[in-house]
Amino acid sequence: MDLYLPIANLSVNALVIIGLGGLVGLLSGMFGVGGGFLTTPLLIFYGIPPTVAAASAASQVTGASVSGVVTHMSRGTVDFRMGGVLIAGGIVGAGMGVFIFRLLQSLGQIDTVIGILYVLMLGGIGGLMAKESIQALIALKTGRKPQASKRRHHPLVAALPMRWRFYRSGLYISPLAPFLLGMATGILTMLLGVGGGFILVPAMLYLLGMTTQSVVGTSLFQILFVTMATTMMHAMTTKAVDLVLAMLLLIGSVTGAQIGTRLSMKLRPEYLRVLLAAIVLLVAARMALGLGWRPDEIFTIEVR
Amino acid sequence: MLRRASALIAALLLLTGADEPQLVPDVSQREVQILYSFTGADLLLFGAIVYPGGVRPDKPADIVVVLKGPEQSIQMREKQKVAGIWVNADSARFESAPSFYAMASSRPISQIVDERTAAIYELGVDKLQLSPSSLNDSAELNRFQAGLVDLRDRAGLFVERQGTVEITDGVLYRARLPLSARVIVGDYTAETFLVQDGRVVAAAVRDITVRKSGFEQFMAVAAEDWPFLYGLTAIAIAVAMGWAAGAIARRI
Repeated sequence: MDLYLPIANLSVNALVIIGLGGLVGLLSGMFGVGGGFLTTPLLIFYGIPPTVAAASAASQVTGASVSGVVTHMSRGTVDFRMGGVLIAGGIVGAGMGVFIFRLLQSLGQIDTVIGILYVLMLGGIGGLMAKESIQALIALKTGRKPQASKRRHHPLVAALPMRWRFYRSGLYISPLAPFLLGMATGILTMLLGVGGGFILVPAMLYLLGMTTQSVVGTSLFQILFVTMATTMMHAMTTKAVDLVLAMLLLIGSVTGAQIGTRLSMKLRPEYLRVLLAAIVLLVAARMALGLGWRPDEIFTIEVR
Repeated sequence: MLRRASALIAALLLLTGADEPQLVPDVSQREVQILYSFTGADLLLFGAIVYPGGVRPDKPADIVVVLKGPEQSIQMREKQKVAGIWVNADSARFESAPSFYAMASSRPISQIVDERTAAIYELGVDKLQLSPSSLNDSAELNRFQAGLVDLRDRAGLFVERQGTVEITDGVLYRARLPLSARVIVGDYTAETFLVQDGRVVAAAVRDITVRKSGFEQFMAVAAEDWPFLYGLTAIAIAVAMGWAAGAIARRI
């Protein structure tokens, strides 16, 4: 079933795109990550121009997170205060991202920087998650009681001035920490066309020390609003949002997100984290291959 | 000396047009509309060769058809391995790179015309005049041109079909050229060249318009002219669909 994309200027197999959206939606519901880190590279691999892929993936992440946010809100697992601070940081970061994007583009190094960022972020976080979750799994298998998890935030976080209470996250920390975190993910959202959930979730767990239950809901809440802002920035500046492409992705992803959210309630969080770590490491390895071994294309064309 | 004289006479004859053959070309579609179901088009370029007095030459003539899309100003970058990482190193700028180029001929181009004539009429993807505007040496430019041809070839935007033009009874010709789904909108030209003894003796042009229509046209215009409303629509659709899916799922 071929369908023409009016902004991307090419025709695609609609079912393939819907399937892709479904897969990403499943991850989104299960892990609380937007899935943009998978959508964008997969769309580019399928032949969609990179800017269109990044711009349209952002609106797809919006749709995938709405259903997740609604579900988590009804379960009371969203920390609105924490989410609000993260969003404020995220929007500031996205604005900075536009500036950095233009600078790198004029230097002609945007794709290299994106590649390196992907490898460093995904590799580092994936590795960290893999280590922690495998340790947890081993503890589970051997029946050894997992050492009473002493949740604590990073010493640097504790050093920041001014403290707020985040009841649902079980935290009493400076709002500057989540603000800076939100800003960093906002920059990444604009640069990489990703929601930033794969950074947020582990950072909230390991840097801020939030309770596991509210991490997924709150990160989805932040992703929802930051991707909305990013979609608008893309529509206004790059004009590369393809509504037909976004719709196809959405059909798949909103369905997948529902299934994912239900699955996440059934599966053990230890297994979920191993799975997410494996996916993240896989994408990092694929990107590293393109950087160090052989890029997909030696030549690139930019129409001026 | 003799060659120059004959060339001069030939040029004179071409001007008067009295004893030179003429081409009457046409295309199967003067307008290509891009709709939701557009997956590319197959264009039929056909026509007749009219010889003066209806006398066909002893040696059969050749036909070359070229379909060209709007020209673009492009910047190309080439990746090189620097300190173990592939980064964009060299770049080149071309002012007139065709966004689409397709060529068909009745015999392989090398057997029909010499290099120089092929270059003058841009017969072949390696003969395109791209008007480089950056300071690269010719070896570099050749490398970039080869890179451009390779990229566009794989996207179906540069097509060469040598030896596929059929000529019936020496007067009727027909050629098929594929228009990729990745073509941009704009004015395309279909040129037909009649070649005799390595010389282009007649040429004719037909214009083809490629445009988006209906919903596709509306979307393209909306994204360009009303970006704020377009972005708002995109967000609204995304939120509405996500919310609806959630609402439905809760009832099941």
